[in-house]
Amino acid sequence: MLIDKSIKELSSLLKKKEISSIDLVRESYSQIEKLDNKLHSFITIRDKKETLKEAEVKDKERKDESSIIYGLPFSIKDAYCTKNFRTTAGNKILDDFYPPYSATVYKKIINSGSILIGKNNMDAWGHGGSTENTDYQPAHNPWDLTRIPGGSSGGPAIAISTRMVPFSIGEDTGGSIRNPSSMCNISGLKVTYGRVSRLGNIAYASSLDSVGPMAKSVEDLSFLLEIISGKDNYDSTSSRKQVENYNQILGEPIKGKIIGLPKEFFRKGLDLKAKGTILKATKIFEKLGAKIIEVNLPHFIYGVSIYYLIVLSETSSNLGRYDSFRYGGERELFSDETKKRIILGTYALSAGYSDKLYKKAQKLRTVLIEEYENALKKCNVLLAPVNPSLPSKIGELINDPLKNILEDLYTGTISLVGAPSLSIPAGFAEGLPVGMQIIGKKFGEAELFQFGYLYQQETDWHKRLPPILGK
Amino acid sequence: MENKYQVIIGMEVHVELKTNSKMFCGCKNDPFHAGKPNIYTCPVCLGFPGALPVANKKAIEWTVKLGLALGCKINKFSKFDRKHYFYPDLPKGYQISQYDLPFCYDGKVETSFGPVGITRVHLEEDTGKLIHQKIAGRDVSLIDFNRSSVPLVEIVSEPEIYSSAQTKEYAKKLRQIVRYLDISDCDMEKGGMRLEANISLKKSEILNPKSETNSKFKLSKELPNYKVELKNINSFRFLERGIEYEIKRQKEILESGKTPIQETRGYNAEKNITYTQRTKESAADYRYFPDPDLPPIRIDDQWMDEIKKDFPESLDGLFARWQTKYNIKPELAELLFETNQEGQWLNKLFKKTYEQKLPIDKMVNLLIHKKIKTVLFKDSPNKAIEEYKKTTVIDDITDEQLKVFIDKVLSTNQKAVTDYKSGKTAVMNFLVGMVMREAKKKIEFKRLEKLIVKEISK
Repeated sequence: MLIDKSIKELSSLLKKKEISSIDLVRESYSQIEKLDNKLHSFITIRDKKETLKEAEVKDKERKDESSIIYGLPFSIKDAYCTKNFRTTAGNKILDDFYPPYSATVYKKIINSGSILIGKNNMDAWGHGGSTENTDYQPAHNPWDLTRIPGGSSGGPAIAISTRMVPFSIGEDTGGSIRNPSSMCNISGLKVTYGRVSRLGNIAYASSLDSVGPMAKSVEDLSFLLEIISGKDNYDSTSSRKQVENYNQILGEPIKGKIIGLPKEFFRKGLDLKAKGTILKATKIFEKLGAKIIEVNLPHFIYGVSIYYLIVLSETSSNLGRYDSFRYGGERELFSDETKKRIILGTYALSAGYSDKLYKKAQKLRTVLIEEYENALKKCNVLLAPVNPSLPSKIGELINDPLKNILEDLYTGTISLVGAPSLSIPAGFAEGLPVGMQIIGKKFGEAELFQFGYLYQQETDWHKRLPPILGK
Repeated sequence: MENKYQVIIGMEVHVELKTNSKMFCGCKNDPFHAGKPNIYTCPVCLGFPGALPVANKKAIEWTVKLGLALGCKINKFSKFDRKHYFYPDLPKGYQISQYDLPFCYDGKVETSFGPVGITRVHLEEDTGKLIHQKIAGRDVSLIDFNRSSVPLVEIVSEPEIYSSAQTKEYAKKLRQIVRYLDISDCDMEKGGMRLEANISLKKSEILNPKSETNSKFKLSKELPNYKVELKNINSFRFLERGIEYEIKRQKEILESGKTPIQETRGYNAEKNITYTQRTKESAADYRYFPDPDLPPIRIDDQWMDEIKKDFPESLDGLFARWQTKYNIKPELAELLFETNQEGQWLNKLFKKTYEQKLPIDKMVNLLIHKKIKTVLFKDSPNKAIEEYKKTTVIDDITDEQLKVFIDKVLSTNQKAVTDYKSGKTAVMNFLVGMVMREAKKKIEFKRLEKLIVKEISK
């Protein structure tokens, strides 16, 4: 299976003409045709003839200096506008929406020569952590079809986990890249807010939405981040901070560096098996020469409340434009989950309540930022679980809204801070993948990759394939 | 002491800035000259999924400039907020505006009745335009988004205006200042400048019955418990009339022991009445919150210096200077020009005219009546002076030369001379005219009169 190989290997084989983009695109479709009727990773798939033609051109025009992702098939979460290609954000209001422009991240990938295979499934508008809240078919975890794949970027995680594509672009508001990456045993990066342009990303909560890569390994992510990062003059919130050569730092030792374990993230509520898996990972880091300490983030126990007050307020505002006047279907098409979120957000912003709810949450957000910055004065990175529990059975979260919300405890809180966080496989419990997140200083992605890469040199969790792929 | 109903008015004035591009996108800002509807649009000003706003720097600078011209304080830390409401011409479901940190606050506009405080000046985006018409027998509403996201400045006054005449003066002055800064055309017909008056009445003591200014009434900060919003007025005259009508209407209601209802009213110019447009039962909840797509704006000293660099002398200052130095009345001066550049041109002209010891009052008069053959503000001031001299030649003929013409006129018009001597001095006009005709020149009346009298009385 070619797509199981790393981006670096694929690029090298392509440039040596040992394989072709046509081979890769064919393999993509073959995996999708074999598996996607069970998994529902994609909402819209491009016409095979068209992509094969594109692959043929890539094979002809490939040069030595072509980008490392030139001629590679890829997929993208359906939250991104793709010019003249259907973009639904997982919901029926935009069922027949063909955007007149493309998201910056998509343009950057396309300009590097990759071939879009299709648009991935997601919880509608990003509203969920299970890809069950899609208005299309609920997605399934390739490690256990009765379970959720995580979300809201469940589609991309499934597609990478089952080697339908070598990489994908997800979107993370409160865990939407990290959570499915963890549940599907892949590597995903939630970038620092401002690192990658949000232009063309259909907004969930604008002050937290972040665009990030999802792939099989930290090494793959390091190449992707360099391609998609940078200032975009059409996104005022994108940063001018210099884009680093993230790949170069890989392999540098972490000896003497300090990892902080936030106490509050290892308390009651965390599945004991998951906890054990992550604590085992600390042993590997110790072996690599890192020091482990405990740090405090006392107000992070309020993180979920703060997170939800802010994201729901913002989403109630962001979704106001879907009035069907200029494009899209009628408002009746909003799902119950989305309606619930709009109503809660509208309430939190309403006169008489906004002081107690929205504004208070914003003040506490500042407290969280201070606590996080203090914690990172004592250590280089934080290590934490991604999810409090193993992947739930499909339907379980929908029927237990509180549990659904608590799923975001370890990820949403980090999003409030705007910090980068790398989610990588840390082992298995009951045959299900367990991920961990390495959280860093703002714009400290390179250091996260350094930790993650060395860990993946010592372990092979990230190489394990889901049973659905057979032998 | 006599108690009378005193009107209290606060103004909200919207002005569309004439920047090249729109407020939050690169689309052309020219809604009034667009050939077709919806040609100056893009994903941002149409509110498409995933579109993001980028603030127009020029529009921010112009807003700050206007604030400075109105004597406002400037918020060095400011931000944009989302103001939510649903309307077909508002594509995002919210308008990007400014809530608690406007760019400018706490300013003042002088009027002949007294000063009017400026509460705030903030920047926001305009909405699209709804057009209601009949197509193939059906009533339809059409939306034109050419205007969507055009930069719009809102100037809010304190409720410190106490008559329809003062309101009119305030609004005119505001337009004059905006035009002087050359940041908007203020086309009221097309909606480039929109006036809203909040009007209410309360009982007030008359302190100085003879006063023409606001010192007539005993004024207190306490506001009545209702207000009527008069909206969509597109001329100063209608503003004045609308307010007059409102004063009469509200007074009748108050005198009958009732309180006028809080509502928005329009003005019907044909009938010269105001009419109910919308009754607000409760305060609208706009659910303001800071727009997360637009980082806060910090105006540091360097930026402030840049904005102030080409900041013109204030209009009041310019008028005062002209009056002291050249004896030009402000009410005449304001008829001459609109923008700062034009003012500067005139300033040069007056300076040169003054240096050449030519009469300026006469020049102003001729300029107002467009009697000088010059393209105002385009030709050089020197050319304007040359033309002025041609119109009123005074010095290029000597008394001796004139004497020849005078002698000729006097000898051929003996009867007029006799009439003059017998006290019919009005005949002088005739004689002066005849001399000018002979000389084929315009000559200063007084000078000629003096010479003629001298000759007659010889």
